[in-house]
Amino acid sequence: MTGTVYKNARLLDPENSMDATGALLVKDGYIVDSGPHVFVDAVQDDWEVVDCGGKCLAPGLIDMRVTTGEPGNEHLETLATVSQAAAAGGVTNMVCLPNTYPVVDDVALLEFVERRAAEVGLISVHSYAAATKGTRGEEMSEVGLLHEAGALGFTDGSKAISNAMVMRRLLSYATVFDALIIQHPEVRELVGSGVMSEGETATRLGLTGIPAAAEVMMIERDIRLVEITHGRYHASRVTTAQSVEAIAEAKAAGLPVTCDTAPHYFALNEGAVNDYRTFAKVSPPLRTEEDRRAVLAGIADGTIDAIASDHTPRDQDSKRLPFDQAAHGVVGLETMLTITLEAVHNGGLTMLDAIAALTQRPARILGLNAGTLAKGAAADLLIFDPDIASQIDAAKFQSKCKNSPFDGKPIQGRVLKTIRRGKTVFNHNAEEGPHPGRSAHA
Amino acid sequence: MTINQYSEPIPKTVFRFRHLLGIEGLLRDDIERLLDLSDVYVGANRQSDKKHSNLRGRTQINLFFENSTRTRTSFELAGKRLGADVINMSVGTSSIKKGETLIDTAMTLNAMHPDVLVVRHPDSGSVHLLAEKVNCSVINAGDGTHEHPTQALLDAVTIRRRLGHGLEGLTVAICGDIAHSRVARSNIHLLSIMGARLRAVAPPTLIPAGLDRMGVELHYDMETGLKDADIIMMLRLQTERMKGSYVPSIREYYRLYGLDNDKLKAANPNALIMHPGPMNRGVEIDSEVADDIDRSLIREQVEVGVAVRMACLEALVGTQSQPWAKNN
Repeated sequence: MTGTVYKNARLLDPENSMDATGALLVKDGYIVDSGPHVFVDAVQDDWEVVDCGGKCLAPGLIDMRVTTGEPGNEHLETLATVSQAAAAGGVTNMVCLPNTYPVVDDVALLEFVERRAAEVGLISVHSYAAATKGTRGEEMSEVGLLHEAGALGFTDGSKAISNAMVMRRLLSYATVFDALIIQHPEVRELVGSGVMSEGETATRLGLTGIPAAAEVMMIERDIRLVEITHGRYHASRVTTAQSVEAIAEAKAAGLPVTCDTAPHYFALNEGAVNDYRTFAKVSPPLRTEEDRRAVLAGIADGTIDAIASDHTPRDQDSKRLPFDQAAHGVVGLETMLTITLEAVHNGGLTMLDAIAALTQRPARILGLNAGTLAKGAAADLLIFDPDIASQIDAAKFQSKCKNSPFDGKPIQGRVLKTIRRGKTVFNHNAEEGPHPGRSAHA
Repeated sequence: MTINQYSEPIPKTVFRFRHLLGIEGLLRDDIERLLDLSDVYVGANRQSDKKHSNLRGRTQINLFFENSTRTRTSFELAGKRLGADVINMSVGTSSIKKGETLIDTAMTLNAMHPDVLVVRHPDSGSVHLLAEKVNCSVINAGDGTHEHPTQALLDAVTIRRRLGHGLEGLTVAICGDIAHSRVARSNIHLLSIMGARLRAVAPPTLIPAGLDRMGVELHYDMETGLKDADIIMMLRLQTERMKGSYVPSIREYYRLYGLDNDKLKAANPNALIMHPGPMNRGVEIDSEVADDIDRSLIREQVEVGVAVRMACLEALVGTQSQPWAKNN
């Protein structure tokens, strides 16, 4: 079998801190070589040559938090539509939450999801399993068997594991398999009937607030439990300055603690829900400007390991409601890269830090052989133009649901091609149709 | 103040906006025009012939998703006195648990071509949502814990009429369940726009976060909170909106925060007392204080309420004919 050469590319590989023009060779779905040293003319004549035209070539994105609707809510999203959305967003690996209907808390269901995803076969779809049976927060699920069946981590989705004893035992038991326990960090009692961040804006809108302390209190409790158990703990969606600080301290103490955040937490603040915009209603809620800056700084200094889309499809009916009744959640697979690039353009993140948080760092947490351009890694790649200007148009999303708070937002950057195991699974030019007069590179 | 005091006719475009959804966002001038027009209607309502034709041919629908007697009656009377066709729709809260019904109801009513919808709803922001979906004017008659603009307007008119001057420089103490009060929020916006000094007096559990950033001085005890206050606005303890316990007991609340003659001593000797109603006597206010006609404005608030609602209806959907033209 012949291979493919991606030449004239700006290679971005956080694993080797590489940001240089060069070429990358792919054969049989794996990277054979990459770097500025690769001598393109030496490849055999029958290899396919792709001229990247100086655009960025990075590892395909790894999204560690995606909600699908399959099984149970196929009207919101199927594994087919979510895979298409992922490919369009430059994502080659994603991990689905177990909060489907029924909840993925046993091996048969996990295998069902994996089989259905494999049938679609567009990108690599992985799953977490429920940390507790039925995500009820009471009894541990079959961590060992589910781990063996391929669950990349254990979480109760958007429910916090509230009971400290259950959490302690989970963290402790999971060490047998070195399994990852993922928390939705929130003290439920403090959240109460809250629907947005507590403070002046909530008071003006007459909406019940959620204090920032609800997040850090749960993270701090869990860190204490990690101290006792040494279980691998991951706080999913860190959104406040205090939480970033708590995680930084835990890391400095050498504890096996990691965390992620989502683009809306560093691109938006609580002001986005003004005028009762339910499309910006998320859980945890959008926080203050100070928190937003702290989250961005946390990604830049590595305290926050990963950026996950927290893709949560919701239909119009569940959003076009009074704010209190509206569902929370935003779709994010197709905007994750461009919203993160905005932070790069604004100077909040370096290009390599941004790509690291989207690829290499989540790969390391999840234990995937991906997120790098190094020789031997899977040829899961993303070619993107960081500069081209356009506007987000939710109507054009591949996802079944269009609940994006970024609809209409002017952006810079575009996914040109998504490649999984050496095969192109998304091609922007093909999507848009032929453009007469435009040079046909990439 | 009589109608004839106004020699200058109030311009036809008395209000710049299509809807009255809240006080926040209005300018002092917008508010003053509504207050002035309300004054005209207070006078007009004391005439034996109370009927006007400013809203003749207009259809007003009072859409109440939450129980209300006084506000709904007040709006109904206001519309009828202006000559509108008024229809009342009360939708039980149980049947609107699903919000699609809110938009569905809005679309259904919209198809009947009303000119103004007066809406009350238990969810904050729901009146905004509804206003986006209809082609007519919408008046917010109270949405959740967000705003109740006509109540704040009527409070302002009542104070102005009793004192004979504006609100600038007055010290106003708003006491009680501010966290769950849309009346408090609308009043805070209105009074600060008009230049009053504001205090919130309540236990910390009933003061919403960030209130101090809205220009309100916070007090946790009645004595310091009421010191030298010119106006005392009491709020109803809204136990129906409370999820969980905010105060240990009614007995303790009344002892610490209920307004009685003893606590009133701290205030300005001429301080006036207001309450948006319905009152919980013996919870937030003592009967002796509530019924003291020299100090209590509570009954006047109800009278002025009709005039203020007439002014708002007129401002939003009135025809050219002006109320003073009829009486001159």
